[in-house]
Amino acid sequence: MSADSSLSKVTVNPAVDGSELIRFDKVTKRFGANTVLDALDFTVSSGKHVTLIGPSGSGKTTILRLLMTLARPDEGTIRVGGEYLTHEERGGRLVPAGEKHVREVRKNIGMVFQQFNLFPNMKVMRNITEAPVHVLGLSADEAEERARGLLELVGLTEHADKFPTQLSGGQQQRVAIARALAMRPQVLLLDEVTSALDPELVAGVLDVLRDIARTTDITMLCVTHEMNFARDISDDVLMFDAGRVIESGPPEKIFNDPDQERTRQFLSAVL
Amino acid sequence: MTGPLWVLLLKGAWITVQLMLYSAALAAAVAFGIGLARTSRLWIVRFLSGVYVEFFRGTSALVLMFWLFFALPLLGWQLAGLWAGTLALGLSYGAYGSEVVRGALQSVPAAQREAAVALSFSPWQRLRKVILPQAVPEMMPPFNNLLIELLKGTALASLLSIGELTFEAKLARLSTGESAQVYGIILVMYFVIAFVVTRVMRLLERRAKASVGQASLAGGGHR
Repeated sequence: MSADSSLSKVTVNPAVDGSELIRFDKVTKRFGANTVLDALDFTVSSGKHVTLIGPSGSGKTTILRLLMTLARPDEGTIRVGGEYLTHEERGGRLVPAGEKHVREVRKNIGMVFQQFNLFPNMKVMRNITEAPVHVLGLSADEAEERARGLLELVGLTEHADKFPTQLSGGQQQRVAIARALAMRPQVLLLDEVTSALDPELVAGVLDVLRDIARTTDITMLCVTHEMNFARDISDDVLMFDAGRVIESGPPEKIFNDPDQERTRQFLSAVL
Repeated sequence: MTGPLWVLLLKGAWITVQLMLYSAALAAAVAFGIGLARTSRLWIVRFLSGVYVEFFRGTSALVLMFWLFFALPLLGWQLAGLWAGTLALGLSYGAYGSEVVRGALQSVPAAQREAAVALSFSPWQRLRKVILPQAVPEMMPPFNNLLIELLKGTALASLLSIGELTFEAKLARLSTGESAQVYGIILVMYFVIAFVVTRVMRLLERRAKASVGQASLAGGGHR
């Protein structure tokens, strides 16, 4: 797979200047009595690759789901590219945003799920082209050309005419990555994308993501238990516990010499 | 049985088939409309559609038919028997069908909706492109059952003196006195119609499944 040549056709998002792209301001999310995120603040700069680590239930996936608007914060605000995600300013006040506003801001965000979630009623090609055509308004030819470039990138050119059920888990996940990238999002959210895969299929998916991380300037927010992968691709690692970021820094620091005892414990359990 | 009586029964069978098709078309429209409404985000829409289902499921199709045919004229509308029958059967079976639609919509994993949200599809696009194509194959077997129930329900319309199969059979019996023979014949005729309905529904089910990559059409896989 020659990532560089195929990526020249699939340049993801050119507008990268290292400025702040994602901002969480005192975001709280509760499920019943359980506070999953507790007045969480953090920012991600444009073009950065940030990995969220921490024990199960520490709120990592919830952050991705809030960004994808699959869940709404109970308190606080989220901004993407300076725009409020789930609120709009009306008459100088912040009010919950309508569906249209949310959809507009959301177009900048793509997500790859643990369980792939390809549409079983569409062949691989249509899984990738459907949203670019019907959401972004690309012509069928443009969308197909874009999809072919992405299928080449993920090494699945010859599978374009298959249904998802005819592919292995690893192949399905690579299609899902291509599908998310076809929207040319500024931000790519990766939610434990290898957790549902057989061990021998994990490497193929991680290789594709490494290529993307290395050769594009897309901002990545990644929840993973693959610590080697996190070490390879991350600019920053955020350690979560009980709904808060307890420590953050470059991967060398977090993995080799964390400040917090809790981080040390977690890493010794997973490494 | 003589030739003219056979003609009578075949004419009745044709009316039965028509009544079934019209009622089924109305029932399908009601089933999708109400079934979708029951999954609405607005509580008032869910509530009103729930009231519809409970009302039409809980009332007798026969009484409803009588009401439409005999009571509605008192309010100034005289429906032709065929349309009173169609309306009563379509509204009742639509209520049952809406539960099938609702169940099938809910059987599509939530993750599919989420994937569609992540691609910024509008709610309508999510429904049309992702949810319904996966839900429809699930609806086919219960719809087949309902359609056969509906076919047998058309016999109620004989009580409105609509010349469908059961009504014509009564006439045939009166003129010949051959109860066993006449009712034996129409039993078989209902069975044949039901059998054809089942074959057609199976075909539709296979097609719907093939279109979502679940199963292949007889004779080979799709590649």
